[in-house]
Amino acid sequence: MLGIKSYAGYIPRYRLNRMTIFSSMGWLNPAIIMNAAGEKSVANYDEDSVTMAAAAGQRCLEGIGPAQVGALYYASTTSPFRERSAANIVSAALGIEENVRSADFGSSAKAGTTALISAIEFCAANPDLSALAAAADCRIGKVGSVQEMVFGDAGAAVMVGSDDVIAEFDGSYSVSCDFVDHLRGSESRYDRQWEERWIRDLGYERIIPEAIQAYLDKYGSRIEDYTKIIYPCYYGAARKNINRKLGLNPAQLQDDLMMECGDSGSAHPLLLLAGALENASSGDKLMVIGFGYGCDILGFTVTEAIDHYKDRLRVSDSIKREAELDSFTKYLAWRDMLPVEVGLRGEEDKITRWSMVWRNRGAILGLKGTVCLACGTRQYPPQRICVNPDCGAIDQMEPFRFADQGGKVVSFTSDMLAATINPPAIYGNIDFNGGGRCMMDFTDCAMEDLEVGKAVKFTFRVKYYDRRRDTTFYFWKAVPAEEVPVNG
Amino acid sequence: MADGIRDKVAILGMGCSRFGERWEDDSSDLIIEAFRECLEDAGIEKNEVQAAWIGNHIDQVNIGKGGCYLGSTLHLPFIPITRVENFCASGTEAFRGACYAVASGAYDIVLAAGVEKLKDVGYGGLPDDPIFGQLYRLLGPNATAPGLFAQLATAYSARYGVPMEKIKQALTHISWKSHQNGAMNPRAHLRKEISETQIADSPFVAYPLGLFDCCGVSDGAAMAIVTTPEIASRLKPGQDQVRVKALQIAVSSGEELIYNRWDGSSFMTTQHAARRAYAEAGISNPREEIGMMEVHDCFSITEMVTMEDLQVSPPGQAPDDILGGFFDLDGQIPCQPDGGLKCFGHPIGASGLRMIFEVYNQLLRRWPEERLVKEPKLGLTHNLGGVPSQNVCSIGIFGLN
Repeated sequence: MLGIKSYAGYIPRYRLNRMTIFSSMGWLNPAIIMNAAGEKSVANYDEDSVTMAAAAGQRCLEGIGPAQVGALYYASTTSPFRERSAANIVSAALGIEENVRSADFGSSAKAGTTALISAIEFCAANPDLSALAAAADCRIGKVGSVQEMVFGDAGAAVMVGSDDVIAEFDGSYSVSCDFVDHLRGSESRYDRQWEERWIRDLGYERIIPEAIQAYLDKYGSRIEDYTKIIYPCYYGAARKNINRKLGLNPAQLQDDLMMECGDSGSAHPLLLLAGALENASSGDKLMVIGFGYGCDILGFTVTEAIDHYKDRLRVSDSIKREAELDSFTKYLAWRDMLPVEVGLRGEEDKITRWSMVWRNRGAILGLKGTVCLACGTRQYPPQRICVNPDCGAIDQMEPFRFADQGGKVVSFTSDMLAATINPPAIYGNIDFNGGGRCMMDFTDCAMEDLEVGKAVKFTFRVKYYDRRRDTTFYFWKAVPAEEVPVNG
Repeated sequence: MADGIRDKVAILGMGCSRFGERWEDDSSDLIIEAFRECLEDAGIEKNEVQAAWIGNHIDQVNIGKGGCYLGSTLHLPFIPITRVENFCASGTEAFRGACYAVASGAYDIVLAAGVEKLKDVGYGGLPDDPIFGQLYRLLGPNATAPGLFAQLATAYSARYGVPMEKIKQALTHISWKSHQNGAMNPRAHLRKEISETQIADSPFVAYPLGLFDCCGVSDGAAMAIVTTPEIASRLKPGQDQVRVKALQIAVSSGEELIYNRWDGSSFMTTQHAARRAYAEAGISNPREEIGMMEVHDCFSITEMVTMEDLQVSPPGQAPDDILGGFFDLDGQIPCQPDGGLKCFGHPIGASGLRMIFEVYNQLLRRWPEERLVKEPKLGLTHNLGGVPSQNVCSIGIFGLN
C-alpha cells in the first residue's frame, strides 16, 4: 500500500499582526486594509526556506529516523541559491546518507505538491524505500503591497512509502500552463502580478474547479466522497465562489490558515494537509490541491494506522506557540529589506572556505561528532584522540549524530556587543544528553527563557549570510525545549 | 627531576609606557617609551642585550608577524628576536622565553617586551577574529569576549547557589576598587574614581556584566631586562633584587570545551598553573604567604572566580572576601594596586609584563606612599588568555633576593 507514513508542518515562532503593517504602510496603499485581518507568520532572522524545510523534515522523521529514506525532494520558490542543491543541505541536516536521490523543485507555488507526487512515484518504483518531500517558502512582497500582507512563512514535510501508511495514495492529476498571474524574474526579489480580477476569475475560479472535475472524472469519484478539500487561495471571495461551484458543504472545507499564518507558497498545500491529517479518522478521503501555473491534485484515503500514529508537534500547537513581532521595521531588517547599521564589527569579512566545509560537512550540516569505542564518551566536534582524560584512545572513534539528542544549559549569556541584526546575541554552553558538549547560539528565545540546567533541543539555522559573496552558511542552534520545533 | 627556575633569574630593569588611547603614537613609539625607561633602570647599554622576545596578540592591525618589528624599531644588532603569541598571556610568554634563555645559560642579558596597539581596530572591544581557527568560527557561536566570560557568573551562581544580586555586588566592588587604585596611577588608562552606584547601573554589555565590569581596551608597551642573580649583584651591588620565584603556564586540554566534567564556573588552567607555581615557589598557604596580586581582571567576574582558583578564597566564598575588603589596597592581600586591566588598561601583549612591572616596583618600594602596599614578601601575577572554555593561564611569583 503506497501512501503517507508521516507528516509535519512547521510554522515559525514569530507573528506579525497585519494591522501593524497597515499602520506603517496604509498611508501608501489604503486598500491593504482589505487584507489587514489576522497575523502573518514570520521566519526568524536566522531562518529561510532551507531551514524551515529542515525543521519540518526533522519533525517528520521523529521516531522513524533517516535510514529508510531513499529520496529527498525539496520544494520552494525562495531557495537561497540559484545553483546549489538546497535538497542536499536539507538531506544532510536530517542525517540522511549521501546515497540518495535528491532534487530541488521550484518556480511555482505548486512545487510542493509536485515534489510530493514525485516522491510517491519514487516509492512506487522503489517499494523498499521511503521518500521525503519537504517544502518551505519565505516570500516577501514590496513594502505596502497585498503580497506583503497575505504571504506567510512556513514549511511542511510529508514522508511517503509502501508500508505502515496512515493515508493511502488514491491518485493524482496535474494541469500545467503558462498562466502568468504573477512572476518573479531571475534578478528580482519581488513579484510582479497582473490584475487581481483576472487572476481570481480566470485563475483560481476556473483552473481549480476544472482540475478537480478532471480528477473526479479520471477516478470515477464524486466530490461528496471527500471528507476535506484542501486548497490554497488567498482571495476570500474567489474561495467562496470555488466552494459554491464545487457544491462543498462547510464541513468539507479545510481551514486555509490565512488568519494564523498566511499563504506559505509551495509549502502551503502540504501544511494544510498536515492540519487535515491531525484531525482525520480512518476512512476519511482527502483531496489536496497545489496551485501555480496550473494545478496538482492528489487524493488520499486515511487508514486505520492513523489511530496509532504518534503525534509530532501539531500545526495547531505551532500556532499556539507564537511570539508577537511587534515591530514592522524589525521585520524589514530580518528580511534584508532595510539597510541597518550593525557597526564596524559587523563588517569583518566572512569568506566560506568550501574545501574545509566539505571535510567537516558531517559536523556542520549533520551535527555529527564521534563516540569513543574504548570508553563510550561522546564528543563534538569529531575527535581522533579521546578527550576523556582517563581514556585518551587514539583513532577508535565512530560517528555519532547529536542533532536529535537534546541537551541542557551549562551556562549562558545575552551579548549586546556581538554584531547581529537581532541583538542581543544569546548563546551558552550546552551539554548534550548522554554526553558531549558544545558552545552554541540560542535562537527563538529571550534570555529570560534560560537557566542553568534547562532542557534544550537543536534546530538547523542560518549562521551567517556573506553579502559580498551572496552565500548563506548554515549551522545548528539551541532552543529551549518547549519552544523547539521538534516535540518530545 | 626538573624543579623550575626559582631564584635562577633576576629582573635587572623594567619599563612601562603610559597605557591608554594613544591616538598620536604608533606601536614603535610605545615600544621606545617603555624601552628607554627599561634600559635606564637596568643601567646597561642597548648593545648589551643578547636576545629578545616580544609578545603581541593581534598582529594584523599591529606590528605584523615575526621579530623584525622590534629589531627594526630598536635597531638591535642582529640578535635573536622571537615574537610569541599566546592570547592575552603573550606578555608573560615573552617574559618566560627571556627567563628560560637566562636560566639555561644560553644568554646573560635578555629583553622581554610586550606591545599592543588596539585603538586602530576601528571599533570598541577586541576585533572579531577567528582566534580558535577557521573551523571553530563555523561551529562556535556569534560570541564576544564579554559574553564568553560573563557565563562564568551564570555557572557560578548555579554551582554555589549564590544569588546573582550578590555576585553583582561583588563584581561592582571589584570594579570600584580598581577605579580607586587606578585613579592614583599616572600611567593608567582610566583615572577616575567611580561610585558603586554608577558601576552597578551601567548598561549591560553581556549579562550580567555591565560596561564597568569590562576592562579598558588600550594601547601600550611594557618591558623587562632579565639576567642571572650573579650578574645582577655585580651590576647593581648592594641593591634589592627582584627574583623570579615561579613561572608556570597551563593550557586548556580541550576538556573544558567538549568534555562534560567542567561546570563553567572556574578556570581549570588557573587551578593547574597555581598548584605548579606554589610548588615551584615553595608556598604551602597562599592566603597567608602572598602579599599582593596582579590578576587578569579582563572582566570583574574573571577576578572573582580567580580568587578561588588561586586557592586564596575558599570555594564559593570569593564574593564574601571581596565584599569584606580582603583585596582592597588596605586589605590583607591587595589585588590590582595599579588599577588592573580594568583601569591601567589592557594592551594585550603588554599586560603580563605590566603586571610584573607593578609587582617589581612594589617589592622595591618605589611608589608613593599612598599607593604602596604594606611590605609584601611575595607578589603574584596571573595573566590569562583566551576564554573560559579554552585558554592559557600564566602565573608568576616574585620576591626579593
